[in-house]
Amino acid sequence: MTNTTTDLTRATAAQLADLLAAGQVSSVEVTQAHLDRTTAVDEQVHAYLHVAGQSALAEAAEIDRRRAAGEPLHRLAGVPIAVKDVMTTVGMPTTCGSKMLEGWIPPYDATVVAQIKAAGLPILGKVNMDEFAMGSSTEHSAYGPTRNPWDLERIPGGSGGGSSAVVASFQAPLATGTDTGGSIRQPAAVTGSVGTKPTYGGVSRYGLVALASSLDQAGPCARTVLDTALLHEVMGGHDPRDSTSIDAPVPAVVEAAQRADIKGMKIGIVKELTGEGYQAGVSARFEESLQLLVDAGAEIVEVSCPNFRYALAAYYLILPSEASSNLAKFDAMRYGLRVPPTGIDHPSAEQVMAASRDAGFGDEVKRRIILGTYALSSGYYDAYYGTAQKVRRLIANDFDRAFETADVLVSPTAPTTAFRLGEQLDDPMAMYLNDVATIPANLAGVPGMSLPSGLADEDGLPTGLQILAPAMQDQSLYSVGAALEAALTDRWGGPLLDRAPDLTAKGA
Amino acid sequence: MTTTVDEVLPYDEALAAFDPVMGLEVHVELGTNTKMFCGCATTFGAEPNTQVCPVCLGLPGALPVVNAMGVESAIRIGLALNCEIATWCRFARKNYFYPDMPKNFQTSQYDEPIAFNGYLDVEVPGEHGEEPWTYRVEIERAHMEEDTGKSLHVGGSTGRIHGAEYSLVDYNRAGIPLIEIVTKPLTGAGERAPQVARAYVAALRDLLKALDVSDVKMEQGSMRCDVNLSLRPKAGEPTSPEQAAVPLGTRSETKNVNSLRSVERAVRFEICRHAAVLSNGGSIVQETRHFHEDTGATTSGRIKSDADDYRYFPEPDLVPVAPSREWVEELRATLPENPAEHRRRLQTEWGYSDLEMRDVLNAGALDLIERTVAAGASAQSARKWWLGEPSRRANTEALELVAYADQVGLTPAYVAELQSMVDAKRLNDKMARQVLEGVLDGEGAPTAVADARGLELVQDDGALEAAVAKVIEGNPDVADKIRDGKVQAAGALIGQVMKEMKGQADAGKARELILSTLGEG
Amino acid sequence: MAELTRDDVAHLAGLARIDLSEAELDRMVGELGVILTSVAQVQQADTDGIEPMSHPMPITNVTRPDEVRPSLTADEALSGAPESELQRFSVPRILDED
Ligand SMILES: [Zn+2]
Repeated sequence: MTNTTTDLTRATAAQLADLLAAGQVSSVEVTQAHLDRTTAVDEQVHAYLHVAGQSALAEAAEIDRRRAAGEPLHRLAGVPIAVKDVMTTVGMPTTCGSKMLEGWIPPYDATVVAQIKAAGLPILGKVNMDEFAMGSSTEHSAYGPTRNPWDLERIPGGSGGGSSAVVASFQAPLATGTDTGGSIRQPAAVTGSVGTKPTYGGVSRYGLVALASSLDQAGPCARTVLDTALLHEVMGGHDPRDSTSIDAPVPAVVEAAQRADIKGMKIGIVKELTGEGYQAGVSARFEESLQLLVDAGAEIVEVSCPNFRYALAAYYLILPSEASSNLAKFDAMRYGLRVPPTGIDHPSAEQVMAASRDAGFGDEVKRRIILGTYALSSGYYDAYYGTAQKVRRLIANDFDRAFETADVLVSPTAPTTAFRLGEQLDDPMAMYLNDVATIPANLAGVPGMSLPSGLADEDGLPTGLQILAPAMQDQSLYSVGAALEAALTDRWGGPLLDRAPDLTAKGA
Repeated sequence: MTTTVDEVLPYDEALAAFDPVMGLEVHVELGTNTKMFCGCATTFGAEPNTQVCPVCLGLPGALPVVNAMGVESAIRIGLALNCEIATWCRFARKNYFYPDMPKNFQTSQYDEPIAFNGYLDVEVPGEHGEEPWTYRVEIERAHMEEDTGKSLHVGGSTGRIHGAEYSLVDYNRAGIPLIEIVTKPLTGAGERAPQVARAYVAALRDLLKALDVSDVKMEQGSMRCDVNLSLRPKAGEPTSPEQAAVPLGTRSETKNVNSLRSVERAVRFEICRHAAVLSNGGSIVQETRHFHEDTGATTSGRIKSDADDYRYFPEPDLVPVAPSREWVEELRATLPENPAEHRRRLQTEWGYSDLEMRDVLNAGALDLIERTVAAGASAQSARKWWLGEPSRRANTEALELVAYADQVGLTPAYVAELQSMVDAKRLNDKMARQVLEGVLDGEGAPTAVADARGLELVQDDGALEAAVAKVIEGNPDVADKIRDGKVQAAGALIGQVMKEMKGQADAGKARELILSTLGEG
Repeated sequence: MAELTRDDVAHLAGLARIDLSEAELDRMVGELGVILTSVAQVQQADTDGIEPMSHPMPITNVTRPDEVRPSLTADEALSGAPESELQRFSVPRILDED
């Protein structure tokens, strides 16, 4: 075995797939190695809410049997994966990081989960997230925060901090994520991993517990651009159960990642997503990356998206509005937590609903539900929700114009590196600002990717670069991402994550 | 709950002082195979919670997909109601909490209904010698939405919601497609407002049945009517724009009125109740009310408040519906004849007088007669049979004619068969009536009844000739009179011949034979 | 922009069926005020004549054929129910018919 495979958990999904296909390792071995890694490090990281060792090993054994029998298998068959706890899974709890759904076991699989199972990827378990995907730090999980493998006192991003941390701490080569305003990309940026939010409608939302239906999009999380593409292909595609699903083949993302060809490509820098408000180290790594892209044959142009300055405001009206309605179903009648109100004999359904929702939802969830209720209420609809919808159109128009001059757009993914746990917990607006660069893509429905651009000089923590492409041109993300990744890895002399601390060394 | 008995003003007094303004909202459950947004079956009466899935149970993560037949039915209903069909419209979420609504929002349509601006001309039957009257009901909109689950209230008294200890919910009905049809404010009906309301709901029911989009069974709740009513002081026709712009009075909304008769009674009651309140200087509270079949009265339900803030917004999980004009025209071509036009055409074809037609309609026999005529009977004979004994018996049993015929197994084909036996002179009129009674008593098809009861005109001319000869021989003086040209005297002989033949002879034929035998033929 | 009062928040919490404690109400009035001031910036954008955007992709007319698909079993449907009886979801007494 080569150096990279002496520890199976350090291998990429593509490498594992090759080893499995060549019969050099079994899926049971690969799966067990990752479960062992989890036993060793997850007490510190707390990426998992539920580890499904038994069923993962059973699925791995089944894949090994099928492979031995010569059955045709998916390229990723036997490569284990972690699933964000926002996706419904038969036989495994789905809590969305909320007390409201503690112990809830769905009677159906999300389409994405069904596709993962059909492709034969053993599911290692369910990973942590901000409650109902509301947050940028995973501190809003009712089950405690996940920690950043680079610095356990820092946040792994959110809402998909479980997904980013699980791959960044080598507990899984792949994880699923969902991105409503940056929940795949921002966690990837602050953990030195890769994540893509596909074009809205590119991946089925059926079985994703909805936060904001018109913004939510599931996508892949991994450590390399190619692995991300491989998972993207598994997750994507048309689903007749999701009316907003795009009825077209998945863009050729794997091919694009393998070719990594950006010669002659026009890469636009969004004026409004750089400069002021970005940490010095983040900006420095971004500038260096631009130079590497030029070296690889791309042309840099500057574009302006003037309405992006309203994106955060529009987002924090549209998201809470849709969320207030999506989360109404959690009422203690059919599933989930039921708490009787205190001091009331023989309470009514109404009172039980109100008491249960107060007890079951955390502060951030309640805050956003109330905000959304306000934005939609009669007399305020036009001023808030209605206006936000118009701003949304303006932002989409800005993208359209930008993509007339540039093939893709780039920006830093997040304004800062990972902040300390608790640092922004009492300041909702500060927390919201973490997604300022990622939100426009969700509003317009265009695809976006974050990949590592290096470590900030001032704190030695990972920084991320975001690539944005026109709708249904997801493959462009992978061309640029793979080209940049190759150049950076070359410069670093190996993957960035090799520099992350060794979590098994005690005292870490 | 405190039950207060509302004061009411006598109907005539109410109408002397006020003009009623009605708004009718009818919910129709479509007869699709599956629900509006998921593939669950819609069979009535299934075991509880066996026709549910993640979508219609509102499980986390589930997403709706529109039933194509739901949209098609909505468009056909819109077209039949002379509506414009939207070129582009969206679903909307109507947000409110209620345990029988799994998502705590109803997927409905708000300011973009699929059909709008239509009308339905309804014929209001004349009463007490009044002429029938055609009233144009203006349709505001028809939109698509979904039904809720059903609750069983346990404990307390008699399964009513009030005083119940807890409730048991079955979501089989949740998500069944509904079309809500809303009228514009209906004015000018005056004292005939209750009849107009009834006639409209009846006409709508007939129309939906003819469209074959719903089974429109009010008693099973597949068609439900909410009655909005307000009164405005009688002031004649408005003489100025200012006066015309006077807002309508505060309205009450009587929910789920579930029979044609109840619609009429609910309107009448609310007119009398509003009038009493307003005459006493009171004001009407904007509230929902419930109609009670037993007393014919409505009682106060929930008071409308600013809590009724439904926070509508476009449903992000469903994409807009944009029916192409080609499709709309294709669907227009599938529309059956409008029931009112259909009736007018049949009346002309059948040559019925207005009076005859009215009797047929009142007896609910139109459809039966149409099918009987299709089976070969003449229109007059079909009318005669259906309006005879079957109608009498249906009345006695307080059943609609259709339901009665269904129950006893009298089909249009049987009636046509009966008449064909008369036409073939196998039965005379009296015998045919006996055969019909046999059919109504469950003895089977007319031919079978005739066979079993031995009812058959004797076709053997020899037997008739013998009887004629015998009667002439026994009545020589009558025979002489006939020979002398007093043909009318033959009647006495015919009676005797029929007696000889035990009634199973064709009286006309007997007459012919007597006259020819006596040289008068 | 209208100031959000404590009563407003209590009213909204009622609409949203959340039984906020007094302490939560106090805290939320302040927090929501800050957030609202910030999100009200959308009103500074030039949105004259702009069509609101409810869906990110311009897709229309997605329907499914009217064909029955398997439902859950009653056991599956009721598997998450806090309480059930007679194959139905048991819920506390309901205040009034809608
Ligand atoms: Zn269903």
